[in-house]
Amino acid sequence: MTITMRAGGEADELLRKVETLSGQNLAGCYQCGTCAASCPLRGSMDLGPDAIIRHLRFGLPDVLDRQSFWVCVGCDGCVERCPRDIDIARIMGALRQISIQENGDHLVVAQLPAAALRKLPPIALVASMRRNTG
Amino acid sequence: MQIAYYPGCTMKASARQHEDAALAVLGALGVELREMDEWNCCGVVHSLTSDNLIRHMAPVRVFARLREQGADEVATLCDMCFNTLGRANLLAQRHPEQIAAISATSGDDLSYDGGADVLHLLQVLRDRVGFAKIRARVRRPLRGLSVYPYYGCKLLRPAEVGIDDPETPAVLRDLMLALGATVVEGSLQTQCCGAYHVVNRDEVVTQRVSATTEQARAGGAEAIVLSCPLCHYNFDALQPQSGAQMPIFYYTQLMGIAFGLDPDQLGLEEQQIALLPLLERHNLVHAPTPGD
Ligand code: SF4
Ligand code: SF4
Repeated sequence: MTITMRAGGEADELLRKVETLSGQNLAGCYQCGTCAASCPLRGSMDLGPDAIIRHLRFGLPDVLDRQSFWVCVGCDGCVERCPRDIDIARIMGALRQISIQENGDHLVVAQLPAAALRKLPPIALVASMRRNTG
Repeated sequence: MQIAYYPGCTMKASARQHEDAALAVLGALGVELREMDEWNCCGVVHSLTSDNLIRHMAPVRVFARLREQGADEVATLCDMCFNTLGRANLLAQRHPEQIAAISATSGDDLSYDGGADVLHLLQVLRDRVGFAKIRARVRRPLRGLSVYPYYGCKLLRPAEVGIDDPETPAVLRDLMLALGATVVEGSLQTQCCGAYHVVNRDEVVTQRVSATTEQARAGGAEAIVLSCPLCHYNFDALQPQSGAQMPIFYYTQLMGIAFGLDPDQLGLEEQQIALLPLLERHNLVHAPTPGD
């Protein structure tokens, strides 16, 4: 298998955008994996938070097609424990925002079943809309 | 003692029983929460990206109105509101220029200098009222009732706004001990419940809720006690999907029970998973104690 890193400069662009939007320096990450080990939702992610950072830094393709940053709810469990003080939740937030800008909203409220809309507390709906729509 | 109060949307909707129980319990402790005027939804979550200032407008507006009303601190019951307001407050202290930019979009109606304090009700109970006074108010100790305190995320993290040690919090444990309950603890007490994924990825929430209730049950707990209305909804509404039926209490409801307040004030029937059978088994619900 051949993996091309930083192909065509595109990945650099994504890394730069993520760093700007999140205010985080991804080069500070030394890939200890503490974040992945701390993440209660890791089992539902297709790439752990440490791997998301690695893929961004190496410019590996298709980071924006991953589900991990939609799965991340910003619980800050990893942020609290990262020995390099990297705010992974902000990195995930930046990826969500870039994806929404490029591909549109991730949640279409109009498609939610009416019964769910009646039942769900406002706190869940507002949080979900804030995280999944532009 | 009087404190300005920011309810947030959920206390007026799915968490009414928490607000009702809180007001009853605080009345018994001589604390008055005075609901602020003109409050708005805080936005629920703190905006995490640098170019999205407009999303901080909601919490900043709450602070601006609070200051106009002459208050320099505000209490809330909701963990999500507490966290969002607390983080917006830090933003105002550290980046006044961003608050000025937000204010400029609304005719400079939103000036705020970061000078107000946000208090979670658990802080009021621990740091202002004190657990000794709470213990002294107990009329019907929760003797024999085993509870698992669940903290979730927003009370504790990030540490700069959290109210307790993020790894080994004690506030709910100490409160429950003051009420005479037995406390069961475990590693999942501080882990996220899956939060807003209940909207469109509820399998994530079911998995978290099921692992946590199983840990509580295995440790001998009969009920979970918590604070956050989103955690409450998730544990109460999604637990049956995993076959479990562990009662979920707001800490204010258990305070009301231990204080011997009228159960009708505590919204005990507003959960999907019934609370009364467990309380009856422990002889904790009767007519109010005479003289209270
Ligand atoms: S915990 Fe911090 S340093 Fe370790 S892998 Fe995660 S982001 Fe990198
Ligand atoms: S903030 Fe996101 S990545 Fe970090 S532990 Fe929580 S859910 Fe996992």
